[in-house]
Amino acid sequence: MPNTYTLIASNTVGSGGVASVTFSSIPATYTDLLVKFSIRTSNSNVGQGLKVTYNGASAYVNRFLEGTGAAVSSGNGTDEFIGDIPGNTATASTFGNGELYMPNYTSSVAKSILIDAVTENNATTAYQTLTAQSYAITSAITSMSFASMGSGSPTLMQYTSFYLYGIKNS
Amino acid sequence: MAAGSTYTPIATTTTSGNATSVTFSSIPATYTDLIILFNGSVSGTSGDLAQFNGDTGSNYSSTFLRGDGSAATSGRVTSSTFINPGLTFGTSQSTYIMHIMNYANTTTYKNALYLSSSVASSSYVGAAVGLWRSTAAINAVNFSTSGTNYVNGSTFTLYGIAAA
Repeated sequence: MPNTYTLIASNTVGSGGVASVTFSSIPATYTDLLVKFSIRTSNSNVGQGLKVTYNGASAYVNRFLEGTGAAVSSGNGTDEFIGDIPGNTATASTFGNGELYMPNYTSSVAKSILIDAVTENNATTAYQTLTAQSYAITSAITSMSFASMGSGSPTLMQYTSFYLYGIKNS
Repeated sequence: MAAGSTYTPIATTTTSGNATSVTFSSIPATYTDLIILFNGSVSGTSGDLAQFNGDTGSNYSSTFLRGDGSAATSGRVTSSTFINPGLTFGTSQSTYIMHIMNYANTTTYKNALYLSSSVASSSYVGAAVGLWRSTAAINAVNFSTSGTNYVNGSTFTLYGIAAA
């Protein structure tokens, strides 16, 4: 039976945190890419945006649908935002979880990416975000880098983890 | 999820000739769940409709939560002749994942969960659930647009997930 759902690489952040986590030299041998993540940022907000860049470039459009426990909203953007994650004023030890799915990542057409991210902290505000991201570059994706948005050079905190999988359709 | 044998590609279709529908038939009953991944676009603005086993009766319903970039809305369709997840997409590349649980059982009605991603004009990011009121095992799935065609090169991939 084919090995169609394969771990390519993983990264768990150590003590002190890091500014970003990058998967590079992604092989072109799969059909789709899937990243599963568990994240907390040092940013001082309860929730803060997570961003991703592909191949070090910037040519993004996004659309999100987000619920906070009190309201639901939708918006558009032209930045690298892919969802909200817990900041360092969220309840201690809470991490946001989610996954990013990119079909046909080696294709010569613009990439359409689906991201599902959630936080929960037993407090007044949490975030559930579905994000559609379009990346206009038509070259194959060979790297992706995740980082926290927000001021003050926030870091991805210790125990943050990413798992990159490759999926084949044959 | 364990790597390898629990996530198996069953079939892939790449559209051509301005197709308006795509069908996966003779789906084996050997898995627990089915996943269908769509990546592509349509010639205008269109929903993507689904039917099972060629059933054209009013046996489908769906409920959706979606955002178009300015507003979030929820709605539903009942006693329809297809699952209409309300997650319209358009001329720019879009993606959705459809998950059909316990598709081969012959006791319960069948649910399908959708997550959809589109930034095209008049399109949505969102989630939906569809119901087929039939206890038959699903052996075929048909997808069709609502009035447009799939842009050539759009892909549908059917995966089977086996309980470990």
